[in-house]
Amino acid sequence: MKSKRKTLTFENVTFTTINTLILILLSVLMIYPLLNTLAISLNDGLDAVKGGIYIWPRMFSLKNYEIVLKMHTIYNAFFVSVAKMLVVTFTNIIFTSLLSYSLSRREYIFRKPITILIILTMYFDAGLIPNYLLIKDLNLINTFQAYWVPSIISAFNFIVIRTYMKTIPESFIESAKLDGAGEFCIWWRIVMPLCKPTLAVIALFVAVGSWNSWLDTLLYASRAQNLSTLQYELQKLLASAMNSTVAKGGMAGAQAIAGTGGQVTTPLALRAAITMVAAVPILCVYPFLQRYFVVGLTIGGVKE
Amino acid sequence: MAEIAVKKNNDLDVTIVKKKNKLGAKIIAQRGLILMSVPILLYKILFAYVPIYGWLIAFQNYKPQIRNIFKQQWVGLDNFKKLFTGLMGDRFIRDIINTLGQSLLTLILSTVFAIVLSLMLNEVKNTAFKRVVQNITYMPHFLSWIIVTGLVSVALSLPSSGGFINSTLMALHLIKEPILFLSKPDYFWGIVAGSNLWKELGWNTILYVAAMTAIDPTLYEAAEIDGAGRYSKIWNVTLPGIRPTIVILLVMSTGYILQTGFELPYFLGNGVVVERAETIDVFVMRYGYQLGNYNLAVVAGIFKTAVGLVVVGLSNFVSGRLGQETLV
Repeated sequence: MKSKRKTLTFENVTFTTINTLILILLSVLMIYPLLNTLAISLNDGLDAVKGGIYIWPRMFSLKNYEIVLKMHTIYNAFFVSVAKMLVVTFTNIIFTSLLSYSLSRREYIFRKPITILIILTMYFDAGLIPNYLLIKDLNLINTFQAYWVPSIISAFNFIVIRTYMKTIPESFIESAKLDGAGEFCIWWRIVMPLCKPTLAVIALFVAVGSWNSWLDTLLYASRAQNLSTLQYELQKLLASAMNSTVAKGGMAGAQAIAGTGGQVTTPLALRAAITMVAAVPILCVYPFLQRYFVVGLTIGGVKE
Repeated sequence: MAEIAVKKNNDLDVTIVKKKNKLGAKIIAQRGLILMSVPILLYKILFAYVPIYGWLIAFQNYKPQIRNIFKQQWVGLDNFKKLFTGLMGDRFIRDIINTLGQSLLTLILSTVFAIVLSLMLNEVKNTAFKRVVQNITYMPHFLSWIIVTGLVSVALSLPSSGGFINSTLMALHLIKEPILFLSKPDYFWGIVAGSNLWKELGWNTILYVAAMTAIDPTLYEAAEIDGAGRYSKIWNVTLPGIRPTIVILLVMSTGYILQTGFELPYFLGNGVVVERAETIDVFVMRYGYQLGNYNLAVVAGIFKTAVGLVVVGLSNFVSGRLGQETLV
């Protein structure tokens, strides 16, 4: 009874009210730029340039999306981005979990040196140009392989998966061994199913990283238009818009551009539409994995 | 005497042979684990360590036309001298300062605000509301830097181009004329730190909130019996409870002190603000890669990696001395 009265004191009520208000304000601040972009992308391009659109389109129109989807470069880039994301995620999960499994086994004789060599790669970076030269010397420039071959193992993800695998009771592995299972069989049949939550989060992290990257396209595939990605195309568009902002003192996106089929829109609206195309696939997935994020970020088990 | 010595030697030989056999037997017994890890390690070595041969360029007058890296002209330490002295030296030292400035300001603001937001979230008793706020604040983390630079440049532009920061400030009568934020060098570090804050604030609370939920509830009850109010409990129970988390996260992030995000200074840093915008990474990209000055770019890269490794080693050592987790 006493504690219930306590929660209704004046201090508590003001505290809760102010706390809630600040959190709501913060949420608005976080979501407004994207809502604004969405509204502009769903608005008539020429009308949008007049300004004054906040979170709701003034002249609703799907024209911007029609133009974007009819642009051959964007269409192609979308599929390259998807293919890249799928291949990178799949190879990463398979190879990183294989490595994690072998190095999670305490009796493994090479466990320590291999672990140290892998973790050091987090901090050792040969640099932009040496990495570029290696890819060039391996003849991977302007090939799809340049997107996934160099990055199938991530040291950070290795630490997370290995830490989780170490918590699996050894008796599981021992009894499987007694039944005559080989290491690959134990990894695939016993350990992998037990790691599903962790692997789901790591897969999300890898997929997001791959989907959002653009530097790899710039460095390794900028001369192959058919290998361009969505982020790279968006970057090209933003760079040209930003240059024109500087040049013309802020009237970016005012000039009309004609899409295929006689449709007219403006860079401002087009940029908004491509931003949404590049953002939405990821934003649809992450809320479902929210409760696992903590697992994927745990650093407590880093110590060897 | 001699006999005993010989006997001892024999014993030693036997144990060595036994040990070798044991190692051999272990290798055979663990062939599955070796098959899983060694090829992957070699693969990782190829892409992480082998590119180090490119560091030879730092000691050469490199010409990309000559494909063989061993047939280049050797110039000793000339490139190192060039990067750190004279006009180029002024530029590079300015870039180091910009890198440190942007990254330290980001680190301080991110840490302080993440802790404050975590405390505020921790005080929310309505779980549904808490989850909604968390989900919304996580959202920007999943956007690419390309998208974020686009949103930031629109937000900071003139009201006529959709710059809502200017229009809000004008509506509140805080300013009379719109400010051209991206043309003012003095604002640039703040813009970088602010953009980082917007993108990662929610994400950075995850570990703090997790640490707060792990605090023993009896500590709060005891504080209540002692007559502690809400603020007093935050100050005397919650904050000390997450101190280990704060320390380890700070120590870990010092290892990345020269890794400022590349995209913000690269895309937002136009010619007007270059004196505060250009970082080491931008220098490597613009001056090194795009203008074909590979020599100096590689020297800058070596500098960055070397400093990074030293800082990680130091912070790992300090963390160990503080009784915290270490990396290796």
